[in-house]
Amino acid sequence: MSSLMQEMNERALKAGVPLGVQMDVTYRCHERCVHCYLDHDDHGEMSAAEIMDVLDQLAEAGVFFLTFSGGEVFMRKDFFCILEYARSLLFCVKVKTTAFMVREKEAERLSDLGLDSVQVSIYSHRPEVHDAITKLPGSLKRSVAGIRLLRERGVKVIIANVLMRQNMRDYPGVVALSKELGATYTIDPTITPMMDGDRSILSLGINHLELREVFRTSELIGNVEDFCASPPAVNEDDRDGLPCSASHTFCYVSPYGDVFPCVQFPLPTGNLRSQRFIDIWKYSPQMNDVRSIHGRDLPTCSSCSHLGTCTRCPGLAYMEGNMRGPSSQDCEKSFARTGIPSANMLAKAADGTRYSGGQGLVQISGLQPASPAFQFVK
Amino acid sequence: MSPLYVARSREIAARELDGEMMIMSARDSTLFNLNELGTLIWRAADGTTSLEDIVTERVCLEYDVDRAEAFKDAESFVRELAEHGILLLSDQPIAAPAAASKEPR
Repeated sequence: MSSLMQEMNERALKAGVPLGVQMDVTYRCHERCVHCYLDHDDHGEMSAAEIMDVLDQLAEAGVFFLTFSGGEVFMRKDFFCILEYARSLLFCVKVKTTAFMVREKEAERLSDLGLDSVQVSIYSHRPEVHDAITKLPGSLKRSVAGIRLLRERGVKVIIANVLMRQNMRDYPGVVALSKELGATYTIDPTITPMMDGDRSILSLGINHLELREVFRTSELIGNVEDFCASPPAVNEDDRDGLPCSASHTFCYVSPYGDVFPCVQFPLPTGNLRSQRFIDIWKYSPQMNDVRSIHGRDLPTCSSCSHLGTCTRCPGLAYMEGNMRGPSSQDCEKSFARTGIPSANMLAKAADGTRYSGGQGLVQISGLQPASPAFQFVK
Repeated sequence: MSPLYVARSREIAARELDGEMMIMSARDSTLFNLNELGTLIWRAADGTTSLEDIVTERVCLEYDVDRAEAFKDAESFVRELAEHGILLLSDQPIAAPAAASKEPR
């Protein structure tokens, strides 16, 4: 992260400004990815007029980084109208899409809008693998064609490669494809539980040994020695530290106007159809409850040697039953990275509980949805 | 010397944070944080007020500074931002872009 970006984050945190928001404009999608955590029916999406009113409120609240995602954003016929309005309000806009519906006309319009970036999920360079994950024949070919059209027009494209058992061995091919397309490559081994709490899709995730392998591949994580180093001694800064940017400088808005601390933190805090954004942001008891949590307040993690370096996600902890509790998948990640078990793992081993929470659900530092500090770094 | 008009580009992302503008160039993703004085000039860059008038009527009124020196610094500042596509410069007044519509097109 650049020093200026870090300074911006610190100032926003101090001033209580929501620097970044992800807004899902629809949960509808033409693909049916095996690991997707969403229900794809339309339960009453906000209209374009409602969304534009929300955008006015976000701009007024100081939001700078705005990510549009879904579902597939282009399932909405009015998406360009929403996008153009957002850019007229001078948001720094990132769009997450399959690029399946991006043809020449769409690529041209996206290029004209001066977006920060377009992020596309590519699961494999092999159609038989990618299309089996999206359950849509021909989807890899169309997504790659869309990326090419965007790149030809100078649009910055990020290829996000979610790692699962089905595609674990294909990341070198996706890295090579990204290079050929002139796109930035990011890897993400995170499988998120379904929004309704169903955790069955976690079984799709990579196992401990595969995770160790990922964490020891310099092409993916940079300096292996630094990345896998034992954690330094926990200090007062760690105990005073905040878990992540969720509710501090970041939040998430659903297609129905619900506001959450993060896309990965389904704690309802208010709804924009009946409340003003700024009122939810400032006064929601749930937002303020999340904000009140510091390292020292975590019953198990405060005594963990990984406290200062763990990427503990409070949203995933919430989905395990306690937002102040451990996020087992992050325990697994810290363990796979350093070989040192977390306090949570040791406690479970001591009382005879079989440790299983981390199976197939891990997250690499820097890819957390709620972390503009990484997401928006130039 | 012909007047220099400055206008805010639409090819940017921008927001005020704690009284100062943060601006990102859509052209090269360079991020700028304008200080109080830079923010003042930015806000006054409406395309129809010349830089000389901005310096005389805004900068010199609010800051105890020599007018010629302030103009020289302001010109250097706006030319740097123009290089990144953040400000538009012209020796003629610059028309404001059409406002975005809330109606579907």
